Amino acid sequence: MLKGYGAVILDGAWLTLQLALSSMALAIVLGLIGVALRLSPVRWLAWLGDLYSTVVRGIPDLVLILLIFYGGQDIINRVAPLVGYDDYIDLNPLLAGIGTLGFIFGAYLSETFRGAFLGIPKGQAEAGVAYGMSARQVFFRIQVPQMIRLAIPGFTNNWLVLTKATALISVVGLQDMMFKAKQAADATREPFTFFLAVAALYLVLTSVSLLALKYLERRYSVGVKVAEL
Amino acid sequence: MIFDYNVVWDALPMYIDGLLTTLKLLAISLFFGLLAAIPLGLMRVSKQPVVNLTAWLYTYVIRGTPMLVQLFLIYYGLAQFEAVRQSVFWPLLSSATFCACLAFAINTSAYTAEIIAGSLKATPHGEIEAAKAMGMSRMKMYRRILLPSALRRALPQYSNEVIMMLQTTSLASIVTLIDITGAARTVNAQYYLPFEAYITAGVFYLCLTFILVRLFKMAERRWLGYLAPRKH
Repeated sequence: MLKGYGAVILDGAWLTLQLALSSMALAIVLGLIGVALRLSPVRWLAWLGDLYSTVVRGIPDLVLILLIFYGGQDIINRVAPLVGYDDYIDLNPLLAGIGTLGFIFGAYLSETFRGAFLGIPKGQAEAGVAYGMSARQVFFRIQVPQMIRLAIPGFTNNWLVLTKATALISVVGLQDMMFKAKQAADATREPFTFFLAVAALYLVLTSVSLLALKYLERRYSVGVKVAEL
Repeated sequence: MIFDYNVVWDALPMYIDGLLTTLKLLAISLFFGLLAAIPLGLMRVSKQPVVNLTAWLYTYVIRGTPMLVQLFLIYYGLAQFEAVRQSVFWPLLSSATFCACLAFAINTSAYTAEIIAGSLKATPHGEIEAAKAMGMSRMKMYRRILLPSALRRALPQYSNEVIMMLQTTSLASIVTLIDITGAARTVNAQYYLPFEAYITAGVFYLCLTFILVRLFKMAERRWLGYLAPRKH
C-alpha cells in the first residue's frame, strides 16, 4: 500500500519522536527557569520572564522556527568572522529543531508552571522557610514536587501541541516523518495516501500520550481526596 | 552595523498586503469554523451515543493531528483522485486560498466545538430548571437560554482559540500564499536577510495578538460584565 516507503516513514517517525522528547526536556528546563524568573521578587528578573513568555507566545511557531533556524544561522555567520572564525557554520537541523521547539515551548510551559505554583497553598513554602530551608531548597523540595500534580493537565496540553508542532520542522529540512511523506508523495504522485498514513501515526502518538499522561495524573493524585458522589 | 533594515522598509508594502491576506484568511476561517462548531458542540452534549460519538470522533481526529498534515491532505492530497479532478469543485479545490481556508475552518471548528460543549455542560442547573418550569420546548430552551449564556461564557477560551488561529494562518505561506509570513519568506528569498525579514513578521504578529487580546477584553467587559466581581 505504501509502495515500499513504509520503513522510510517509520524511520522519520522515530526522528519525530526523538525531536519531540528532546525538545520537551529542554522546554521543561527553560520553563522552570522562566517561572523562577517570573515569580522572583526582583522586579527586572520578573519582567524578563514575562517578556520571554509574552513575546514567544505572541508569534506563530512557524515564524519563530524560520527566524531561529535561518536567522540564527545568519547571525552566527555574521558574528563569527568578527571573532576570527572564517568557515561557514551550518546548523544541524535536528539540534536546531530541538533548540527552537524547546525555546518556544519553554515559554508555554512557564505559563503552565506559573499557574501550578500559584495553586500551591502559601503555607507550604512558609513552612519550608520556617524549617530553615534556603530559597533553593524550598523551590526544589517543597514547591516543585507539589507543582507537578497541578501542572499535569496543562502539561498534557502543551505536550500534544508540541508533538504536532514537530511537523513544522520539516519545513526547514529536518527529515522527520512529514518530510519523508512529502518526498514519497512527490515520487509516487499519491499524496493523499502518504499524508493520511502520517496523520494516522500522529494520531497514535497523541493517543498514547493522552493515555500515559492520564495514568501519570492518577498516580500523582493518589494523595488527594476526591469526594465520591 | 550588522543589521540592515532599509530592505525591510522598502518591502513594507508587501508586508501590508500580507497583513491583509492574513486577516482575510483569519476572518473567513473563523466565520465558517464557528458556524460549523455550534451544531458540533450541540452534538457533543447530545445524549444519543451515535450523535455524540460521531462529533467526538471528528474533534478527536482533527485535534490529534497536526494542522500541516490536514492542510497537505486537502491541498496536495485531494488531487490524487481522478474523481475530484473531474468534479465541479476542482476550480475551487485547486486554489490555495480556498484550500487553506477550508483546512483552517475544519481545524478551528473542532477546537471551538469542544469549547462550546464544555461551556454548555457548565450551564448552571438553575437556568435549565427555570426554563423547563416556564414550559419552554427544547428548541426554545436552547435558543433563548442555553446557547446565549454558553456562548458568552465561552468567550475567554474562544479568545485563546482565535489567537491560536491567527498563528495557524502562518501555515498558508507553505502552500504559496503571501500572508505576513509569506511576505517575510519572499523578502528573505530576494535579499537573503532572514533575521530582519522574520523579525519584522514577528513584530506584525505580536501587534495583531495584542490588538486581538484588547478587543476580546472589551468584548468580555461588554458581554460578561455580569460575572465580574462587584465594584463600588
